[in-house]
Amino acid sequence: MATNDGGLSLSQQRQRAAFWFIAPMLAALFCVAAWPLLRTFWFSFTNTTLSDLYGGEFIGFDNYLSVRVLESGRWIWRGTLVDPAWWNAVWNTVRFAFVSVFFETVLGLIVALVLNAEFKGRGLVRAAILIPWAIPTIVSAKMWAWMLNDQFGIINDIMLNLGLISQKIAWTASTDTAMYAVLMVDIWKTTPFMALLILAGLQMVPRDIYEAARIDGVNPVKVFFKITLPLIRPALMVAIIFRMLDALRIFDLVYVLTPNSAATKTMSVISRENMIDFDKFAYGAAQSTLLFAILAVFVSAYIWLGRVDLSGEGQK
Amino acid sequence: MTAQKLLSTIGFYALVVVIVVFSVFPFYYAIITSFATGTELFKVSYWPATFNLANYESVLGGRNFPRSILNSVFIATLTVTFALFLAVTASYALARVRFRGRGLLLMMILAVSMFPQIAVLAGLFELIRFLGIFNTPWAMILSYTIFTLPFTVWVLTTFMRDLPVEIEEAAIVDGATPWIIITKVFLPLLWPALVTTGLLAFIGAWNEFLFALTFTSSETTRTTPVAIALLSGASQQEIPWGPIMAASVIVTIPLVILVLIFQRKIVAGLTAGGVKG
Repeated sequence: MATNDGGLSLSQQRQRAAFWFIAPMLAALFCVAAWPLLRTFWFSFTNTTLSDLYGGEFIGFDNYLSVRVLESGRWIWRGTLVDPAWWNAVWNTVRFAFVSVFFETVLGLIVALVLNAEFKGRGLVRAAILIPWAIPTIVSAKMWAWMLNDQFGIINDIMLNLGLISQKIAWTASTDTAMYAVLMVDIWKTTPFMALLILAGLQMVPRDIYEAARIDGVNPVKVFFKITLPLIRPALMVAIIFRMLDALRIFDLVYVLTPNSAATKTMSVISRENMIDFDKFAYGAAQSTLLFAILAVFVSAYIWLGRVDLSGEGQK
Repeated sequence: MTAQKLLSTIGFYALVVVIVVFSVFPFYYAIITSFATGTELFKVSYWPATFNLANYESVLGGRNFPRSILNSVFIATLTVTFALFLAVTASYALARVRFRGRGLLLMMILAVSMFPQIAVLAGLFELIRFLGIFNTPWAMILSYTIFTLPFTVWVLTTFMRDLPVEIEEAAIVDGATPWIIITKVFLPLLWPALVTTGLLAFIGAWNEFLFALTFTSSETTRTTPVAIALLSGASQQEIPWGPIMAASVIVTIPLVILVLIFQRKIVAGLTAGGVKG
């Protein structure tokens, strides 16, 4: 970066060019990300409605929490933070995220280990697992909604034939099973992505390590836990955080597979519902702001605790 | 010992079969269903029993679904072009020029790509109303930038970082400006990367649902995911499963073909960045 000649040094010239190369992209990101985010924050402190976007007044934290003391001395709390529907959505989202990411990681690891082995037809298997990933989420939701149909669904048929269930289950409609249905579809759809990320990590493990372990007669299970897992830990950590963030903001699958089910309604679904469908625009904005805050805290904690290197520049 | 080896080989291939069946079966079943009509629809069959194109005719013969396909193609193409255009120059600067705050900038871009989209929904809604583009394709083209642009910048930056430094040095010695370096030296080398990122961004835009649902209000402006999600039958209670499956197959087949053709490149693009430990 140092310069010692009179005019613009080469690196200064390059830095100036770099600025102009980056500026348009930053301007675009400001317009579609930073500005709308700030406006959402602002709306969450107002009583704006959908029909009158500019008529809102600043009402402080009332959308989040407010208290009014009645003459009888009773305290009335209002706002998202005391809204049971919101806490139900938070609980649904967190449960969904942890369970789905757990299964996707375990299954993804298994699929990745299979794909990392040399066998005939490996290309075919890799092509096959890319299919769930390539299918649009809405299409997967509809496909599975049909397969999980209570009357004519093939899943009930298979399970009845195998004797796993004694009567047909209304998978997506019943409150007991709706969450299982959402989890099932999400795990089916996203395990391939997880497997591919883990596979990329696996392929960076030098083969001669396995060779050495085999010659020394180390048990394969021990090889996995003592050699493979520690070596792919960085890739695994990154894959998990990506999936986790995706799972915490899930909207489309829940919205289409189990519409209006309190058993699966997530933070994104309830925010949008308030914002657009119930004409509680500012209230929904407050909820989406909370979702953003929860994600931000989660990511920071994860990166800090796990010492994850997301930049890919490495500190070799 | 050999018996044990045989057993483990059988176990391994059984696992492979299970993986393949689980991955492919739902789509296979959707295809079967899309060819069934009337009462055949309500008999569970594991094998293709009939070949009836009525569902496809009803979906493609209608006025709205073909329109949705056109909307989706238009929106996804323009989104990708726009994102690639902005991303090529930016990622050159991010990958090849050293400047203060580069790491921070990259982290910010990554952060944007992981944004919960619902957090910008209210602000974007206002912006789109303000620009007067509500219920037009431009609303989606604008809003999809939030996930296509960071993603393309991120992936292209990792690709460009891996290009040999000698090529660039030779160009600098010859007096090439950064603009010449990008257009004449790097762009020809970047084609594979551009195809990959463009394809991934296209898939992202093609599949997007939240913005498309919120920023459209009439049937003629819907994109295909919204059209499929809201496809309704003659009555409220009757869900038209046949046409829904036909529409699903129509929008998925091109993606599956593209993904299978470019599978190596897609895997490379998906895993670029992030996974380098």
